[in-house]
Amino acid sequence: MSEVTMLNNAEKIKMTARDVKVFYGDNQAIHGIDMDIVENEVIAFIGPSGCGKSTFLRCLNRMNDTIDICRVSGEIALDGYNIYDPALDVVQLRAQVGMVFQKPNPFPKSIYDNIAYGPKLHGLASKKSDLDDIVESSLRRAGLWEEVKDRLHQPGTGLSGGQQQRLCIARTIAVSPEVILMDEPCSALDPIATSIIEELIDELKQNFTIVIVTHNMQQAARVSDRTAFFHLGNLIEIGGTNDVFTNPKQKKTEDYITGRYG
Amino acid sequence: MNNLSLIFVLLIFMAIAYQFGMTRSRRMAGGQNSASMHSRPHHYGMMVGLWAVLPPFLLLLLWNWLAPGVLQTLTLATVPAELLTDSEQAAVLMRRISNLANNFGVVAEAADWEVAAASYLSALQQKSALMLTALMFILASLGLLLSFKKIQPSLRARHQVEKALMAVLLLCSTVAILTTVGIVLSMVGETLKFFSFISPADFFFGTTWNPRFSTVGLAEGSLTGSQGSFGLLPLLAGTLLVALIAMLVAIPLGLMVAIYLAEYAPQRVRNTVKPIIEVLAGIPTIVYGFFALVTVGPFFAEFGQSIGMTIRATSALTAGVVMGIMIIPFISSLSDDILTQVPKSLRDGSLGLGATKSETIRQVVLPAALPGIVGAVLLAVSRAIGETMIVVLAAGNSPSLTANPFEAVSTVTVTIVNQLTGDNDFASPQSLVAFALGLTLFAITLLLNIVALVIVRKYREQYE
Amino acid sequence: MTTELNTVTSANKAYSKVQQQVVRSLKKRHRQEKLFRTAGLLAVSASILLVILLFVNIFAKGLPAFWQHSITLDIYFDPAIVKISEQPQPQAGETENEFRQRDLAWRSEVGLVNFNRLIFPALQQVIPDAQQHRRELQRIVTSGERFALRDLVIADPSIIGQTKTLHLLTDANIDVWLKGNIDRSLPDEQQQLSAKVREWVDALKQQGVISNRFSFALFMNPDSRSSLASAGLAGAFMGSLYMMLVVIVLAIPMGVAAAIYLEEFAPKNRLTDLVEVNINNLAAVPSIVFGLLGASIFIGWFNLPMSAPVVGGLVLTLMTLPTVIIATRSTLKAIPPSIRQAALGLGASKTQAVFHHVLPLAIPGILTGSIIGVAQALGETAPLLLIGMKSFVASVPGSAMDQATALPVQIYLWQGNELRNFFEARTSAAIIVLLVMMLSLNSLAIWLRKRYEVRW
Repeated sequence: MSEVTMLNNAEKIKMTARDVKVFYGDNQAIHGIDMDIVENEVIAFIGPSGCGKSTFLRCLNRMNDTIDICRVSGEIALDGYNIYDPALDVVQLRAQVGMVFQKPNPFPKSIYDNIAYGPKLHGLASKKSDLDDIVESSLRRAGLWEEVKDRLHQPGTGLSGGQQQRLCIARTIAVSPEVILMDEPCSALDPIATSIIEELIDELKQNFTIVIVTHNMQQAARVSDRTAFFHLGNLIEIGGTNDVFTNPKQKKTEDYITGRYG
Repeated sequence: MNNLSLIFVLLIFMAIAYQFGMTRSRRMAGGQNSASMHSRPHHYGMMVGLWAVLPPFLLLLLWNWLAPGVLQTLTLATVPAELLTDSEQAAVLMRRISNLANNFGVVAEAADWEVAAASYLSALQQKSALMLTALMFILASLGLLLSFKKIQPSLRARHQVEKALMAVLLLCSTVAILTTVGIVLSMVGETLKFFSFISPADFFFGTTWNPRFSTVGLAEGSLTGSQGSFGLLPLLAGTLLVALIAMLVAIPLGLMVAIYLAEYAPQRVRNTVKPIIEVLAGIPTIVYGFFALVTVGPFFAEFGQSIGMTIRATSALTAGVVMGIMIIPFISSLSDDILTQVPKSLRDGSLGLGATKSETIRQVVLPAALPGIVGAVLLAVSRAIGETMIVVLAAGNSPSLTANPFEAVSTVTVTIVNQLTGDNDFASPQSLVAFALGLTLFAITLLLNIVALVIVRKYREQYE
Repeated sequence: MTTELNTVTSANKAYSKVQQQVVRSLKKRHRQEKLFRTAGLLAVSASILLVILLFVNIFAKGLPAFWQHSITLDIYFDPAIVKISEQPQPQAGETENEFRQRDLAWRSEVGLVNFNRLIFPALQQVIPDAQQHRRELQRIVTSGERFALRDLVIADPSIIGQTKTLHLLTDANIDVWLKGNIDRSLPDEQQQLSAKVREWVDALKQQGVISNRFSFALFMNPDSRSSLASAGLAGAFMGSLYMMLVVIVLAIPMGVAAAIYLEEFAPKNRLTDLVEVNINNLAAVPSIVFGLLGASIFIGWFNLPMSAPVVGGLVLTLMTLPTVIIATRSTLKAIPPSIRQAALGLGASKTQAVFHHVLPLAIPGILTGSIIGVAQALGETAPLLLIGMKSFVASVPGSAMDQATALPVQIYLWQGNELRNFFEARTSAAIIVLLVMMLSLNSLAIWLRKRYEVRW
């Protein structure tokens, strides 16, 4: 799949970012980024640590709002609607744009309640049986059902690290978001758990748009359709994953990919 | 010389010995850098100082412990034997004699043999003091000389000094244990005495509290005649009622304050509000008691009157509400610590799913913090149960078994104060019951504290 | 690009089914959010309001008591009434002891003079119809003021034969009447003062002979029962001071030493675990239990005197010890191990590393914890009641072994006084003094913490 075919008009653009700048107090972390994210693609953000890739990711569902000193300027749109519009309900936005975090963070509740938490909040299930269905289908789609179906009412914190992360993915799927943001979802996991998650991402892209931040270039190459390279708060290069890795246009990208710094 | 001046002289002696030791070690090092010696000069000085002073100091302690007994035995040996029928009389006699010996003067004319005994005692006292001073001087000089001689480049003076220091540190840390042991032993002792008058069953399960009065100087036999009833239950009920009201005020307020400050308030507000609320924690309880008595109580009474209800000014309600106010900062600062320990990743997880802030707090943060908060509440309950001055002033002091918060009640702590500060004979059950009550109180709070501490500690480990 | 963007408000967006459900839930959820937030804000405001209410209440009640009504009189120190021999002077060839005995004899001679007889003529000058109401005349100046006159004579005997203009405190009931703390419309039989006295003092106040002045009696005098208007805090203050000295001298060094041992040297085993639990628990034991301990051990076994500040100080020391230990330990814990390792690496012994490098860094934290502990001890009442410190003491204690009371106990005693109209204000004034002391201690601790706080 080449970049050209990716961006033809038949593909629907899900999210757009224009001149996004982020400040932490007096420090500028992001220096004006423009980007389009296409529906049902997997796009990977790579770059050395501190390059702003996670910060930019957190702008996409306004998780940066939870940090007092953080300020965002520019525009980010979801389906053509500005998500920083004061009239927009951030609760609703986050139901549309879900997030999976670096460290697995299951709630100190049972596995069932972890999954049911979101749907209950948003009123997605009116009956207990509806809720049961959502829990089961979410766990199935996260590939966790077979492992936990007999202990749904045991605490989610008792699972292994990889299982916990899949639980968190299932928890996110349960509210049927349109976009899923993943912030280095495998950095705390062992290689086997990592490969399971990567397979899962591949399956999920049929229904969801996935943005994944990773410090692992092989992972970006394996799972993503397109890759964006960040450096010091700037977007250096964005393109089809194959192109970026085999034929980078920028010197900085090439140096990073070939391991000169990172 | 009296003890204080002896100690003072010892300190001066120590300073001199220190100088000696330091000078000698310096000279031994040959006036140059003292690196050839094992320890630094001040270590040698300190070592000599300790050797010179510790042995005579221990002697001083020993002497003060033993000498009075020896002197008493010697003095009483001169007294006509027929006057010493029992030990109590001997003690009275001895007090008279020692008063005479120290020129304090006594009631009634002193008998000839008393005067003789007194002058004998006074001579003995002088001899004893002289002997002590001489012995201490000899010990100090010996210690100084011997340790002074021992100074060698290879002598590990620092190790000796450090060992002595360690012993002092260890001694200090046993004080806390000794306090607990002292509390338990003294109270168990007095409580057992109390149970020789009143059976434990009557105490623990009695429903009436009416101790009457004991008359000082009454013989033991007649005490049982005027004995009242010592039932714990009305006091315990009053204590729990007041504590319950206090918790009803303090838990919601304290917890909401903690939640608002930890989750909602901007840093600036938090930095100003927290100290203001902590001011409440620093106010002495007697001040709260006075506030309850002159302001809150009359307010409740008037309010009751205006809606046609009888609320006593001093009641369980008044004491409980004011105690609740006192406990707000206690709960809020403990809960605040606990809430801030809940990892941010949990909040992010919930917010990332589109939960509102309050949903996140109620359904994720609070359940996660629950064990810690329960621990904090238990600590607060234990404090409410042990609180004294507020209830002494504002609860009305009426030991009746009631669940009506508008009535006057009495509590365990109030009763301890009443029984021990009245004019009761110290050996009467009326006084001794205070220790039985104290022991009960200690046991209850100990249990609450330990459970709470274990819960809080477990909770901390969970997120470390 | 910006212009192409729609805003949420400007167009109706077509939502998916799930999104429609989310939108439907929003209104209720935001309402709950607002409610919850408001509840938190209310709780905070209520707590702050309570702090304010308490302080305003105490200050409104107590501040007026710092001023008391006194009467300005020209007192003639009549030699016919103050008939005393010459004040003894040290003579050659006299031992100090002999002189002191003569001096004491002279003082007791002065004490026998009825100084009230100096006051009556002075009162007659300002009250025209005084002659007819001699009994009422005694009610005007509080009885303790005759001792003030005595002290003037002792301080300077040459005053005899002179006339001095003095401000003498009026009786407590007059103060109450003039401050309006009693209902003036009450019938005669319910008034503490006779109609004549009331008429006099109102007139005198009008003339400016009686006026409301700042009262030093509150600070300079010990407690009094015979002359309520001159009852002061000096005795209680000294008692508290002695106790604080005992606490500072004993609790802080012992607590710091114990904390150093437990944190830096003690082996980590079950025993030290037990000590740790024990200390934490001791910090939460009700204070009254420490009072029982004091009553039974210090007074019962060691036969230390009842009501003495030294016993109070010991009890408070045991109470403060856990606070100091816990504060010191947490300060020591916060100092990074790298500092100890650096010292050890240079060849210092463990003791040297701790005492030369760790302890100096911990001093601000230790001071903060200790001050807070001492402030707590200063406000403690209940245990002191049990070791006899609630007895009435009419003198300023000269040493830690004398009978004494303490500031919070004085508050307890005054609030129970029968002359409520007078003592409610006086008690509040005593509370203000106590609070000012405690708050300044606490602010000192906070200032220290802010000033020297190091974040590792």
